[in-house]
Amino acid sequence: MAVTTKPVTAVTAASHASEKPPNKYRQALPQYLAVSPFFILFAVFGAFPVLFSIWISFHSWDGIGQMKWVGLEQYHYLLTDATFWKTIGNTLIIWVLSTVPMLLLALVIANALHNATRLRTFYRIAYFIPNVTSVVAITLVFGSIFSNNFGLLNAFLQSIGVGQVAWLTSPWGIKIAIATIVTWRWVGYNAIIYLAGLQAISADVYEAAKVDGASPRQTFWRITVPMMRPVILFTAVTSTIGGLQIFTESRVLFGDTSSIGGPGDAGLTIVSYLYQSAFIKNQFGYGAAIGWALFILIVLFSIINWRLIGGNDDERLTRRAARRVERKIAAQNAKREAADVH
Amino acid sequence: MSIERLRTAVGHVVLMLGVLVSLFPFYWMVVMASNTTPDIFTYPPKLWIGSHLFENMGKVLDNIDFFGSMLLTLIASLGVTVLVLFFDSLAAFAFAKYEFPGRNVLFSILLATFMIPAQLSLVPQFVTLAEFGWIGSLKALIIPGAANAFGIFWMRQYAKGAIPDELISAAKVDGAGFFRQYLTVGLPVLRPGLAFLGIFTFINVWNDYLWPLIVMTDPNRLTLQVALDQLNGIYGTDYSMVMAGALMSVVPLIGVFLIGARSFIADLAAGAMKF
Repeated sequence: MAVTTKPVTAVTAASHASEKPPNKYRQALPQYLAVSPFFILFAVFGAFPVLFSIWISFHSWDGIGQMKWVGLEQYHYLLTDATFWKTIGNTLIIWVLSTVPMLLLALVIANALHNATRLRTFYRIAYFIPNVTSVVAITLVFGSIFSNNFGLLNAFLQSIGVGQVAWLTSPWGIKIAIATIVTWRWVGYNAIIYLAGLQAISADVYEAAKVDGASPRQTFWRITVPMMRPVILFTAVTSTIGGLQIFTESRVLFGDTSSIGGPGDAGLTIVSYLYQSAFIKNQFGYGAAIGWALFILIVLFSIINWRLIGGNDDERLTRRAARRVERKIAAQNAKREAADVH
Repeated sequence: MSIERLRTAVGHVVLMLGVLVSLFPFYWMVVMASNTTPDIFTYPPKLWIGSHLFENMGKVLDNIDFFGSMLLTLIASLGVTVLVLFFDSLAAFAFAKYEFPGRNVLFSILLATFMIPAQLSLVPQFVTLAEFGWIGSLKALIIPGAANAFGIFWMRQYAKGAIPDELISAAKVDGAGFFRQYLTVGLPVLRPGLAFLGIFTFINVWNDYLWPLIVMTDPNRLTLQVALDQLNGIYGTDYSMVMAGALMSVVPLIGVFLIGARSFIADLAAGAMKF
């Protein structure tokens, strides 16, 4: 804020001269107070627990009794724990099975929404409703649709002669069921964001491509995709972070069975395993160690996303593409002006 | 021209198919909640809405303290929402419109906290809250979430563009202190942004499952999501009753969403574009 009242009167000038210059930290006290609630809450419920979790992960602890120092033992066990590696595999498979169709479908829907002139508000709301619906309630619905014996899906498959599929007891069936729920909840959300990205691309660019005789496919890959890169990066990062934290779907699907990951632990995700270790088996130290493994995975995958979709090189490429398009528009405008003269 | 028209028609067919997929689970929820469990377990299955909805809803009320859970969830959601709106908009107002020593450092720290997944500190958070004696109480649901980085970041972006500097300097000339400037200049202008953040926060708290599952240990004080999960765990064989419970838990929230849906969706998309 560089707003100062201009006419400095003699009185204020005199008072300034007599007093010490006002302490700038003191002056900013209201602003510090204004931002303090977040930082206080973060210190107590964010920063401290993060540091504390390092400490806990070096111990063997049931949450009530004495903490027993075990050093790096939890991490050592983690690396050799077959179940832990299995949960990473499960999580990654479910993540791929959900994210790939989710983002592709979202792009298709966003494109169709972009071209539709009627019913736009209706479509947007209809596509967004799954995202605001509780995961627990909707998992119960999908659980019944995928149910082995009496599920709607198997009834349909049987009626067309394919026969029943053991959705909720086979390793792949379980993962497909969970991925379907995730996809269903997030396609609309991502489509809405892609739509905003599409709308931000100016019509001139497409006009220029059309004049140049670009095919729809060329237009899509040479213009739409590069211009959408930041938006695609955003959705890729958010769905990676979300995907690595999947929990509720598998927990609710298999909540009342003996293993919270379903038969053969085929639906046990990293967070399910963390929950199971810490809050069912009361192995707090091990739970904390799993938390750190999850954190490292999230950082790792965010960097991979960044490299693949964002990154400096790509940014330069995008900028170059944008410049190329700009030149074309300029040339076209010149042409148009020339035509106007004639 | 007719090719254009055909393309539009195909586009609408694709979109309508998508809408059907989007909305079908809700229809199916109603079908199951309004038929009896034996009816659901027949082949071929009943595909139409039945006449047992109120009977099934009654059974839900007999088996769990549905309205108690709903009230608890409502208090937690409203509590978090009100606090988040106040704390986040106040901090955002300061970050967006005032120079103060350390502002950029503080804001960078705030942004860095985005990187930390909530589950990383699940165990120590539980331990901390247990130390405070908050396990099982509403405080555990409300206080830790009373201010968040996302909301401050989002409101700051909004405040930067929406609040003219001239209004603030005018208020300063009138002798208004910082807090009064926030109340008289900041809040009125930020109202549309607050509407978005409010709905967003309310929905997230209402639907949250993992955190209340861990901290609300008293079986008589469960949030709606956890109570619903328990209903399924204990009476899972009574499908139609469980679905009636699911339906009852989903309807109020969709109502809240539909009130502000139009601008909510636009604001969410605009927010994502700013990242």
